[in-house]
Amino acid sequence: MSEVEQGFSLDGEDLSFRLGDTVLQAATRAGRYIPHLCWHPDFAAHGSCRICTVKVNGRAAAACTVQAAPGLDVESDTEELNAQRKTLLQMLFVEGNHFCPSCEKSGHCLLQATAYQMGMEGPHFEEFYPDRPVDASHPDILLDFNRCILCELCVRASRDVDGKNVFAIGGHGIGTRLLVNSDSGRLGDTDMALADRAASICPVGVILPKRRGFVVPIGERRFDAVPVSEQTERSP
Amino acid sequence: MPQLSSAPGRAAPDVGALLVRHGQDPHALVQVLRELQAQHGWLPRQALAEVAAGLGLTLAQVQGVAGFYRFFHTQPVGEYRILFSDNVTDRMLGSPALMADLCRRLGVAPGHVGEDGLASVDRTSCTGLGDQGPALLVNHHHAITRLDAARVAQMAGLIHGRVPVTQWPAEWFEVRDQIRRADVLLAEPAAPGAALAAALARGADGMLAEMKRSNLRGRGGAGFATGLKWSLCRQAPGSEHVVVCNADEGEPGTFKDRVLLTRHADAVFEGMSIAAYLIGARRGLVYLRGEYRYLLESLQAVLQRRRQAGLLGTAILGHAGFDFDIQIHVGAGAYVCGEESSLIESLEGKRGTPRIRPPFPVEHGYLGHPTVVNNVETFCAATHVALHGGAWWAAIGTTKSTGTKIHSVSGDCARPGLYEYPFGTRIGRILEDCGATDTQAVQVGGPSGVCLSAFEFGRRIAFEDVPTAGAFMVFDRSRDMFEVARGFAHFFAHESCGFCTPCRVGTALVVKRMDKLAAGHGSRHDIDVLFELDKLMHAATHCGLGATACNSLRDTIAKFRPAYERHLKSLHFEPGFDLDAELSIARRMTGRDDAGAHLEKLS
Repeated sequence: MSEVEQGFSLDGEDLSFRLGDTVLQAATRAGRYIPHLCWHPDFAAHGSCRICTVKVNGRAAAACTVQAAPGLDVESDTEELNAQRKTLLQMLFVEGNHFCPSCEKSGHCLLQATAYQMGMEGPHFEEFYPDRPVDASHPDILLDFNRCILCELCVRASRDVDGKNVFAIGGHGIGTRLLVNSDSGRLGDTDMALADRAASICPVGVILPKRRGFVVPIGERRFDAVPVSEQTERSP
Repeated sequence: MPQLSSAPGRAAPDVGALLVRHGQDPHALVQVLRELQAQHGWLPRQALAEVAAGLGLTLAQVQGVAGFYRFFHTQPVGEYRILFSDNVTDRMLGSPALMADLCRRLGVAPGHVGEDGLASVDRTSCTGLGDQGPALLVNHHHAITRLDAARVAQMAGLIHGRVPVTQWPAEWFEVRDQIRRADVLLAEPAAPGAALAAALARGADGMLAEMKRSNLRGRGGAGFATGLKWSLCRQAPGSEHVVVCNADEGEPGTFKDRVLLTRHADAVFEGMSIAAYLIGARRGLVYLRGEYRYLLESLQAVLQRRRQAGLLGTAILGHAGFDFDIQIHVGAGAYVCGEESSLIESLEGKRGTPRIRPPFPVEHGYLGHPTVVNNVETFCAATHVALHGGAWWAAIGTTKSTGTKIHSVSGDCARPGLYEYPFGTRIGRILEDCGATDTQAVQVGGPSGVCLSAFEFGRRIAFEDVPTAGAFMVFDRSRDMFEVARGFAHFFAHESCGFCTPCRVGTALVVKRMDKLAAGHGSRHDIDVLFELDKLMHAATHCGLGATACNSLRDTIAKFRPAYERHLKSLHFEPGFDLDAELSIARRMTGRDDAGAHLEKLS
């Protein structure tokens, strides 16, 4: 892919991009951080979490879905947009059941790391406390739906990479939820394997390998030493 | 009525034959599920598994689609399924008390099936009968209008007696057109084929020029220039082009498309055919909202008549190479499918989640083909442009908003029904004509539109002033505008597709706050949070549903603030929960309910 002659502006700094790049892809390639949850460099844009919402020439848009174009003026790291991101994160926290201190993903969790990055100190809204039973039927993989943020990365990975279609999305509105594809609806009755891409793609603590609890001690985990803003995923 | 006679010892549905009838096409999934449910009453998991296997989909994918649409049931429901229309206008006409009465008579709780499996009673979003409510739907098929206590009592008796719906009193099912003021669109229709012949005589280029000259803008709400949309689609490369008519009239308080489809279906289909001629489409699809299922047979009959008259099919009106036909897709209860990209997803048999745009449907629409999606009224208007020319249309209305607009008038007025006016008409004029007195507010364009108070009744209906998709709900001074906004908040939470964070969670949070205010536990802080949620949803949602979900909230707080403040317990802080209510479980467990077991009585 070719570099485009003229770049676009991200928070006042010029950024080059390749033809076909979205704003988020171009920023990530340049090592610039735009907060995001449902986006992953290996997958097509999804646009559901809205954490990456930026202002493009003054208009709000999700950075993961906006095509980069010469001369665009993109604002991302502003007080207003970061406050909005914090509110979106608080919405995700109150929607599910997120208890970081007891979560195996703590320190490896993109939701938690992003919330720290945005200065979130409390839930702000009243908690929903939904009733979401865990699925421990699979011999190697635990599903804890309490933490699901509906990014659909597992749906996409299982469908597009693993070719297994283990997951799908069901329900609507606040009742939207992750479904498992088997007659029983349980993971143990699918052909999912620990080596699948879907087993390691979850940005939060829904899909976890069994019998690997706290192998990396708290304090030495991915986001413990270096904040999420300083370790952007490199695009392929 | 197979869904009645086959229950409760229903025969297993014949999934195989159903799938064959739909060519085992996975894109027909929503239609397959609709028909399966019509046979069986609900959608058992085993049947979904058979559908999945037959269509080459996974069970979870089929479950995902079945669980998306409000009209699909994946749990057993009653032999009789009663859905009360739950728009504010139905409630103003007394539907909550009628529903409670029916539930009592049938011995069921709302949303649950009785132990005898006889009936289930629930609410549904506006059924498009706001001028003749309270209304309800029976078995997702029949609409009953003008409910009253006597009808409800008699209905309970009919249900207890297991009388088939087709034998219920015919006058209950009477849906009136109630055209109060007709202009060009609602006037006596021209002969079928006349407009199409006029378009063919002009040629595709000439007709497209007329469309542009007319300056017609889409009637679904967004107001995009129709001629431009059609020419963009025409230029878009693709092996096939598609014309889609959006008859998913879901905006609460809107019912003009129902009347157009009842009385002017030829004009709608003719507009679609003209579009097809211009963009080179062979395939046309009508997305008919599930609530209008009862119109299906009459619409099919009109299509058949047009085929026989050479107005659909091959070599239309003898024009070699002009081949076009129209199919009707019936929705299954999802307001979001009024958004064109969700509508296309639904047509493709999927969950009706809005797509990422661009690309827009004119380039990448139904099955990836360049697709024109227009509202029912827009196609009607195009038919008139073909008949009389673009300049004639452009001379009606205002410069920026040409032609006429049909308003669905309901609420507190003497003469609810349809009113067609040229654009530029004053709000006050419509209020005078419909016999509204002592009017406090008008909700124009439905819950996603704008709420106007008395000092704004001099404003005019136009894209440049008060735009509208057609709803016009009138509220007199006896109404609590907070309750109006609370009803709309519930509507949006119920209809959120659940895809993006701000809409999925935000609409639910708005409902919690509004219910808290209604329960008398609100404080000024709650109003501040509502403002914050409105601002966020306006800026961050994936589609217009979430972006407009707080419009009526914002308008009513700004214009009717005393209505909110009446509900505030204090103007300062108030906790988000009721501590005394939290103790109710402890009281129940200990069998106590004396004064000492209540916090509030201690203080």
